[in-house]
Amino acid sequence: MIMKSIERRDLMKGLGIGAVAVTAGSFATREVYAKTADADALMRKLSGANSYKSGKVTLKLPEIAENGRTVPLSVSVDSPMTDKSHVKAIHIVSEGNPTPNVISFNLTAASGKAAVSTRVRLGKTQNIQAAAVMNDGSVYLTKQKIKVTIGGCGG
Amino acid sequence: MAKARVKVPATAQKGEVIQIKTLIPHKMETGRRKHKKTKKLIPQHIINKFVCKFEGKDVFSADLHAAVAANPYMAFYTRVEKSGTFNFTWTDDKGKTVKASKKIKVS
Repeated sequence: MIMKSIERRDLMKGLGIGAVAVTAGSFATREVYAKTADADALMRKLSGANSYKSGKVTLKLPEIAENGRTVPLSVSVDSPMTDKSHVKAIHIVSEGNPTPNVISFNLTAASGKAAVSTRVRLGKTQNIQAAAVMNDGSVYLTKQKIKVTIGGCGG
Repeated sequence: MAKARVKVPATAQKGEVIQIKTLIPHKMETGRRKHKKTKKLIPQHIINKFVCKFEGKDVFSADLHAAVAANPYMAFYTRVEKSGTFNFTWTDDKGKTVKASKKIKVS
């Protein structure tokens, strides 16, 4: 039976909308990674600083991470760790993971030595930022690039 | 959560800076993985806080996020002035805690 022209128009409209919906859906499921701007904004929030000093902070990461699921990371800060001058916090932020938050450590003068170690997950080759917040509010920042062979965020 | 492992030297000199190593078994589920069969997102389940106290006083703590690798490992330093007990607490995002403690003799 021949379709009435109105019905045919509706059918074509329906197909058109369906096609658009499918494309939009596929955009939504694509993984979105954090940008450097997200990492910078987070570091400002965590450290409470808008400007950073350089030096004092040593961020130790392998040059290439074969397995992004577990990457050893160490940070040490040149500080006497006395009541007058010590590191209060060390923040680690990722420029290339799905979200920039990684880990924050809180220290006191009684820590004796501002050196921490942990293992992190990295989704892809990226820069990692490490900041040391001193008891006088000053913040020292360092960045390091790390190449990741197999990303560690997905299943 | 399964049992945590902590390494603290048994003895130390007064004023010595010692290293403490901690390890806790935990998947640190990121919330980004999909179940292989159902294809549904597995919800996030991570340890988000670690606190180390010595004789009741805060010595070191950490705020962890999903980017910390599974079975979180953390090593840090502390100066010891007297004998006593270290207490370690890990808390996950469901509010569950795991505790451990270690004694140290300081001379």
